Amino acid sequence: MSPVVRLLVKRLGISLIVLVGVSMLIFAIARVIPGDPARIALGPNASAEQVEALRDRLHLDEPLPVQYGYFLADLARGDLGVSLYTNRPVMADIAQFLPATLELIIVAGIMMIGIGLPLGVLSARYRGSWVDNGVRLVSLLGVSAPSFVWAVILMLLFAFFLPIFPIAGRISDAFAVPHATGFLLIDTLLAGNLRAFGSAAWHIVLPAFALALSGIGQAARLTRSNMVETYDKPYIEMAQSYGFPERRIARRYAFRPSLIPSLTIIGLDFAAMLGNAFLVEAVFAWPGLSRYGVAVILRKDLNAIVGTVLVISALFLIVNIVVDLLIAFINPRIRLSQRAS
Amino acid sequence: MKRTLTILIRNPLSLLGLTLVALVVLSALFADFIAPFPEHRGAVVDFANFNRAPEWPYIFGTDLVGRDLFSRILYAYRISLLLGIVVLVIAVPIGVTIGLAAGYLGGWTEFVLMRVTDVFLSIPPLVLAMSMMGLLEPTLTNGMLAVTAMWWPWYTRLVYNLARSEREEGYVLAAEVIGAGKAHIMFREILPNCVPSILTKMTLDLGFVILIASSLSFLGLGVQPPTPDLGSMVADGSKYLPDSWWLTVFPGLAILVAVFGFNLLGDALREILGAEQ
Amino acid sequence: MTAPTLRIEDLVLKFRTYSGMVDVLHGISLHIQKGERVALVGESGSGKSVTARIVLGLLQSLRTARISGHVDFEGRDLMAMHDAERHRLRGTKMSMIFQDPTSSLNPVYTIADQFREVLSRAEPGLTEAAARQKAVAALTDVAIGEPERVLDSYAFQLSGGMNQRVMIAMALANEPSLLIADEPGTALDVTVQAQTLRLMGELVEKHHTSVLFISHNLGVVREFADRVYVIYKGRIVEHAMTRDLFENPRHAYTRALMSAVPRITGGGIPEIDDASPDFLAPLIVHEGCAEPGAPV
Repeated sequence: MSPVVRLLVKRLGISLIVLVGVSMLIFAIARVIPGDPARIALGPNASAEQVEALRDRLHLDEPLPVQYGYFLADLARGDLGVSLYTNRPVMADIAQFLPATLELIIVAGIMMIGIGLPLGVLSARYRGSWVDNGVRLVSLLGVSAPSFVWAVILMLLFAFFLPIFPIAGRISDAFAVPHATGFLLIDTLLAGNLRAFGSAAWHIVLPAFALALSGIGQAARLTRSNMVETYDKPYIEMAQSYGFPERRIARRYAFRPSLIPSLTIIGLDFAAMLGNAFLVEAVFAWPGLSRYGVAVILRKDLNAIVGTVLVISALFLIVNIVVDLLIAFINPRIRLSQRAS
Repeated sequence: MKRTLTILIRNPLSLLGLTLVALVVLSALFADFIAPFPEHRGAVVDFANFNRAPEWPYIFGTDLVGRDLFSRILYAYRISLLLGIVVLVIAVPIGVTIGLAAGYLGGWTEFVLMRVTDVFLSIPPLVLAMSMMGLLEPTLTNGMLAVTAMWWPWYTRLVYNLARSEREEGYVLAAEVIGAGKAHIMFREILPNCVPSILTKMTLDLGFVILIASSLSFLGLGVQPPTPDLGSMVADGSKYLPDSWWLTVFPGLAILVAVFGFNLLGDALREILGAEQ
Repeated sequence: MTAPTLRIEDLVLKFRTYSGMVDVLHGISLHIQKGERVALVGESGSGKSVTARIVLGLLQSLRTARISGHVDFEGRDLMAMHDAERHRLRGTKMSMIFQDPTSSLNPVYTIADQFREVLSRAEPGLTEAAARQKAVAALTDVAIGEPERVLDSYAFQLSGGMNQRVMIAMALANEPSLLIADEPGTALDVTVQAQTLRLMGELVEKHHTSVLFISHNLGVVREFADRVYVIYKGRIVEHAMTRDLFENPRHAYTRALMSAVPRITGGGIPEIDDASPDFLAPLIVHEGCAEPGAPV
């Protein structure tokens, strides 16, 4: 079995264990909180019988491990319970809101890599110059404010003072887009409606950028420091001694080896955006999973909370695995892992 | 120590960081003396002066019940710093100890401890804290609890990696041969070698704790009014964009300044301590 | 008589640091005739490595470096040249091999990839097939038994000795006039080092390549070099034909070097009290070793 496949299997195995652990953790937290979940859900006007009935239905009076058992059984059937907030199956809620968040994160991720990496390379190439210092300062600023601060500032600047971008929502109300994947950017193209596509794209720019700013800053800083470190390595000096053009050295010789240590952290940042999405979705009224997540947390909607956290953690783990695979692919040392004599 | 300080002062960027951090710390400590309206940190109302744009004596403007924003920001710094320090003081020892144990003792201990750490690490940072805060009452203490719970794994990961490589070093083997106890080796031999990394991370983390805490309160999951808090100030003010822009911009900038300062400082420390190694 | 391959005259190097100007080279002069093998011997920090880098032009890009003096390559003044022209010489007319062969090769590209880059320096339009052929030939020259397999490997998959030979093959592939060897083989086993040096000697003999050999290891120098310059703290203190130097070392520092207990790592030269002005000037030049153009 090739080392990469072996790596994949091992990571999947560990991730599964971890995911089980996550479910236990969040389950425990959710059940252990003060207050009666059934009472909270039904409100102060419900009668004692109604509360009892709900408690019975949710198995709230049984020991914790038993409750967890019920939970796992339901999960195997794809049933995450019913949300007391929307009165719909949690699965349905997640299916509705997840694509919006995913779309936002993917666009932000593309920005992070597409803007952050080149900035870092530029910064390393012109190390010490004003380009370098400028990029470093801006990157650090990007990392230093929470996404909601950037969201607010961007909104003020580019939606209010300079009304270039729309303020809220995923797409202008004027368009009705048939639901295919849930990704508006794809669905509009599938429907052949270019103007709708434009509207969706225009709507996603500001929130994705606000989300990505911190990641861009981090990617730029990381790429820069890794490339600077790589530049000090002997094989770069050897390349220079052979007179390889500077640009070629920067692009081919220095970039790929420095990518390897960066990838892990970039992967982590991408995954951290899952958390920051909450903040951006709140500011831009983006109908995604994160906004749903905040709402159910504020309402102590247990099923929904557990479901949402599980899905987000699973996503997080998947991203990490993908990143690890990418690293294994790029780094020949892992890919080959045998020593020829 | 003195040498580190000298180097920090000579580099313009780290000097900036040092200045900003000093500003934040001093604001927090001496808010009572600097704030023009110290009573505004509480539940005071002054409707005659509500929602004023920045002008003397309200240099950052006033909020919707007439409180001076500048004063409130100073007091909010106090809360933020307090949160940061408490979180780190609790999270770091826990995380470091677990990391040392996992890294040095190996075997099943390592497996179990690191899997537990992985569980905490696999929930995106904000999400874990949010969930906890949502399920508990939103108070300052619970906020500290939630953030601490999500923070310690990072130190575990850091120290675990360090301990694992130090495990093979000569001085560890020497200590084992002499018959030093496991605890002694972990805390007296390996730990001192990890201290520079831990310190750097702590400086950077002070900024990040402030960032995370403000994010939590932005979502309504942090301290409750009337306690001044930067995140909730931004949240409250965001409803009145763009007219009363000062309600969001100044608290937001206050967050930026604090975190930026700690980041600059932490970066400079990392370069200095890294170069020395 | 043709111009010497390399002629350095009064080379001075200073660095601007936070604590002021640091003098590294105080005006050194050396020359290498075509086909000669000249060694520059000294301990770490003596300035021998920076000298090599100045010849290649690698140091000039540093903004904190202040360089003055003459460096002539095959009769042409390197310092007066345009950057582009100077750049063209690198990898084609002059090349360098480094101390640690495995870390001098890029870890994420195959040997074949890197070889092709090197060969393209001399022949920009080289096809992949032609490049591979040349690479195989070059690797065979350095006594590598399975050149095809080596070409498709990564540096970390090959042994140190193998990588060293790959480096030598690369350096000589474009038939340079000058080969600079910076502590070659220091990172290798003593026996492997000896083998590799012998191989290098045969090859430079065959191609009439001039060699500037930088080392702190006297044993190796004795085996390999025709002429030796001894450098101490940025100044040349003695200059002689190899045999003369070893039979009759005259400068105090040279003698200290030779009497130092040989160690595998080659370190630990006692600090010499250089208070006396005689110690540093005039430099001791053995018979038959004058710099070309210098008054006898």
